[in-house]
Amino acid sequence: MTDAPTAAMTNEKKTTAPENYINRVTLGARLKQYARSPLSLILMILVMLAAIFSVGMLIFIIAYILINGVPHLTAEQFDWNYTTENVSMMPAMINTLIMTALTLVIAVPIGVFAAVYLVEYAKRGNKLVKIIRVTTETLSGIPSIVFGLFGYLMFNISFGWGFSMMAGVITLAMMILPLIIRTTEEALLAVPDSYREGSFGLGAGKMRTVFRVILPTAVPGIMSGVILSIGRIVGESAALIFTSGSGHSIPGSLVGSGSSAATLTVHMYILSNEGLHVNEAFASAVVLLALTFLINLVSDLIERRIAKKKG
Amino acid sequence: MQKVKEGIMHALFLICACVSILAVVLICVYLLASGVPAIGEIGVTDFLFGTKWKPSSGYYGIFPMIIGSILVTGIAVVIGVPIGILCAVFMSHYCPKKLYRFVKPAINLLAGIPSIVYGFFGLVVIVPIMKELFGGSGKSLLTAGILLGIMILPTVIKTTESSLNAVPKSYYEGALALGATHERSVFFASLPAAKSGILAAIILGVGRAIGETMAVILVAGNQTVIPKSITSGIRTMTSNIVMEMGYAGGLHREALIATGVVLFVFILIINLCFSALKRRKD
Repeated sequence: MTDAPTAAMTNEKKTTAPENYINRVTLGARLKQYARSPLSLILMILVMLAAIFSVGMLIFIIAYILINGVPHLTAEQFDWNYTTENVSMMPAMINTLIMTALTLVIAVPIGVFAAVYLVEYAKRGNKLVKIIRVTTETLSGIPSIVFGLFGYLMFNISFGWGFSMMAGVITLAMMILPLIIRTTEEALLAVPDSYREGSFGLGAGKMRTVFRVILPTAVPGIMSGVILSIGRIVGESAALIFTSGSGHSIPGSLVGSGSSAATLTVHMYILSNEGLHVNEAFASAVVLLALTFLINLVSDLIERRIAKKKG
Repeated sequence: MQKVKEGIMHALFLICACVSILAVVLICVYLLASGVPAIGEIGVTDFLFGTKWKPSSGYYGIFPMIIGSILVTGIAVVIGVPIGILCAVFMSHYCPKKLYRFVKPAINLLAGIPSIVYGFFGLVVIVPIMKELFGGSGKSLLTAGILLGIMILPTVIKTTESSLNAVPKSYYEGALALGATHERSVFFASLPAAKSGILAAIILGVGRAIGETMAVILVAGNQTVIPKSITSGIRTMTSNIVMEMGYAGGLHREALIATGVVLFVFILIINLCFSALKRRKD
């Protein structure tokens, strides 16, 4: 089992290796070319500068925040209770965790089922599918502040929930829905038709085929969408300020008074906007960066696994 | 029995698929229902083209904010798009495979950094630099534009790179065979062929820049006047909403929601451009 792929790989190497040598340009020849064509030289330099700028910017941002933030990751910052003295980020971290979980619980089933409908059930040229696609695209382009406004109007005012965790959760669920639908759709489309035919051929119904054959095969693709969504939820702030608000403690209920809950990003916004707790804001930035890094790492791993399977 | 079950599941999938329609309808209804009456009360021209925003004395003109949003986005595009396209060229035509394994995740990470972290970075790094260079508070149109330019980089890079990769290799090879240098082949054969993808990248970048809130609010200064120079402070539509929503009431609140409606219309236009472009490509 393990021998087959390696054999194939070495085979591939053998066939591609000579090709690489044929068109190899030596450094000298390259320099001569540049001397003849100054425009090419300028373009090459510009390309290199742009690449260095982009990657350099990332390194600079990360280094700057780590150097200034890590020393302020004190035990006080992780105290269970927020007070105006310790401005602990622990409650905000836990709020972020709870809200992420709740959002996924709402959005993932809806998004996955929607994608199943679009890929497996809808007939070609269906009018409804067209409308669904347009609205999904629209939804993914709406800026988070507009989601925030809507959530505030609908949940906080109309429903009378006030600043509440649930308002933030539903708003977030609507925001990540298009992402889940799109990634799941891609994952479902990547499942070979022979799987479906095989399942139908063995006498399974459509539902059984979907749940027992198609969805399990598409799990890695769906997972990568979920991970991306987690990244979006953790990084979101504008949609949450007016929905889940800026409560500094872990709420006991999901709606009603006292259910206001600041996530880590909102917590950091309050700190940096006041300008009184810059060091603590740095510390929250470190935690947010670490989370982003972790999320990206996991999504990379999953994508690599999918690519391996395909290749 | 089996048939009933199948039917129920089919219906369930259909309902889930319709949730996104419901979401868009709800958003439109809620925003329009609260925003449009306010625009009517203030007067369309007074609201859209009024240059005075003083809710305490009954002036609700969001023209400075519209100009602010457009200018900030413009600067972000001027900075972010060329660098982004060049960086995408690097990734698809220059980058050795070993380096690519490092650069690609780096760009992904750049895309994943929360906007509040960008905003904070702008506040503690770019603002002091601007203060040093141009005086004043350092919070200005230019500061916000530069920060947004950095923020739209990953969007531009990713979209451009994938459209460059979709250009048939024969274009590049053909140019090379005709004696063009590597750069000329890339920039004058491959890049023009990826035109529509690059346009899509720009539109996506514009969408991201105009909708950005938390980063802008920290570095733009937030003055509600039409900026006189590139170094004066401005307020965007997005930051106007966040800054005043917390304490606004009555017509003031509705005017803020109406600001959201205007922003929403801007985004819809951008989305329409994007999907029109996509359809033409297909």
